[in-house]
Amino acid sequence: MKKFDRKQMAARVAQDIPEGAYVNLGIGLPTLVADYLPKGREIILHSENGVLGVGPRPAEGEEDEDLINAGKEPVTLLAGGSYFHHADSFGMIRGQHLDFCVLGAFQVSAAGDLANWHTGAPDAIPAVGGAMDLAVGAKQVLVMMEHLTKEGKSKLVERCSYPLTGARCVNRVYTDLAVIDVKPDGLHLVEILADVSFDELQRLNGVALKYRAAA
Amino acid sequence: MIDKFFATPEAALADVPDGATVMIGGFGNAGMPARLIDCLIAQGAKELTVVNNNAGNADTGLAALIGAGRVRKILCSFPRQADSWHFDKLYRAGKLELELVPQGTLAERIRAAGAGIGGFFTPTAFGTRLAEGKETRRINGRDYVFELPIHADYALIKADRADRWGNLAYRKTARNFGPIMAAAAKCTVVQVRETVELGELDPETVVTPGIFVKRVVKLH
Repeated sequence: MKKFDRKQMAARVAQDIPEGAYVNLGIGLPTLVADYLPKGREIILHSENGVLGVGPRPAEGEEDEDLINAGKEPVTLLAGGSYFHHADSFGMIRGQHLDFCVLGAFQVSAAGDLANWHTGAPDAIPAVGGAMDLAVGAKQVLVMMEHLTKEGKSKLVERCSYPLTGARCVNRVYTDLAVIDVKPDGLHLVEILADVSFDELQRLNGVALKYRAAA
Repeated sequence: MIDKFFATPEAALADVPDGATVMIGGFGNAGMPARLIDCLIAQGAKELTVVNNNAGNADTGLAALIGAGRVRKILCSFPRQADSWHFDKLYRAGKLELELVPQGTLAERIRAAGAGIGGFFTPTAFGTRLAEGKETRRINGRDYVFELPIHADYALIKADRADRWGNLAYRKTARNFGPIMAAAAKCTVVQVRETVELGELDPETVVTPGIFVKRVVKLH
């Protein structure tokens, strides 16, 4: 089966971010989305360490240790960008001022529960960062993850077995196989991305998928 | 004459006692007051409770303070890093207590302390294990968790420029926790790149007014 690679997934997410949106991209895979935002759309990226209008990575030698993103990578500031302190930054998040956040995940449940901060292993050192704030705060929570675990199990599940980051907070999931909406009555297939039939996707997914083909 | 300038970091940190709660600014290296932390290590205060977003990286700064066995408890949002080995070792050995706080809740708890707020309800972490045992309330159909302020005896922060009244201007994302920690601590000690005469900072660009600052040290 030919699946979407990370770049294709990032490009597919980017396609859905509209002109004028305020967006927070999580650490890891979601950060890639920045590279694929359609040219000509003005989209303002927020980073929770206190910056709006995040620009691309600086040229080598141009890095400034005082200008980083939440992943602690050097970034630049676009004209029109601004800086603010941490409490204001999370006020923007919790206060529902961000239109979208894009987060990675270990699991998403059919009800939209998100698990992305803890594997539940008793000896694991827990670390949560801003994930719980983003999960409850952004107007639309988009998740980007591989559809299956290394063992071939679906990461879309009836109930999360890992500790929750947020309850009933995910709106849409982008995987290397499909785009799926989380709605009050369950999971709705939006689009198949991989070279896979609906029946095969349904079998792999484990959780019932609703699908209504465009009329 | 008000003069908050201190000649040396040693003088500015001389009175930090054992058992103090110390906020340390910075997010990664941006805004981390590395020289003040070095000085705190040399000063010798122990049994400290530290508030920071992380739990130190590699062998310098906060990581070195932890590695030196001076920290009893840490409140942070993201201790686990590829190079947080000093924290990892002491935490696993049960020698370092961790209070894990979501980053926005951490910031708001610090802000609340400085603003004289007795606590607040936040939607963050509702329904998760980080809300276990905490008071919750449904307000207008949304679920919230009650959180308390975090006060500190000292805040060690880094700013870009300061005058002798303690007015501060920051640089780029190095601002992060500085302004809210400055307000939440009884004694805020600031490491700055440059000190200037009164009036040289444009009042429109002062981010932390001097009322929140006790001591300023110019350090490179």
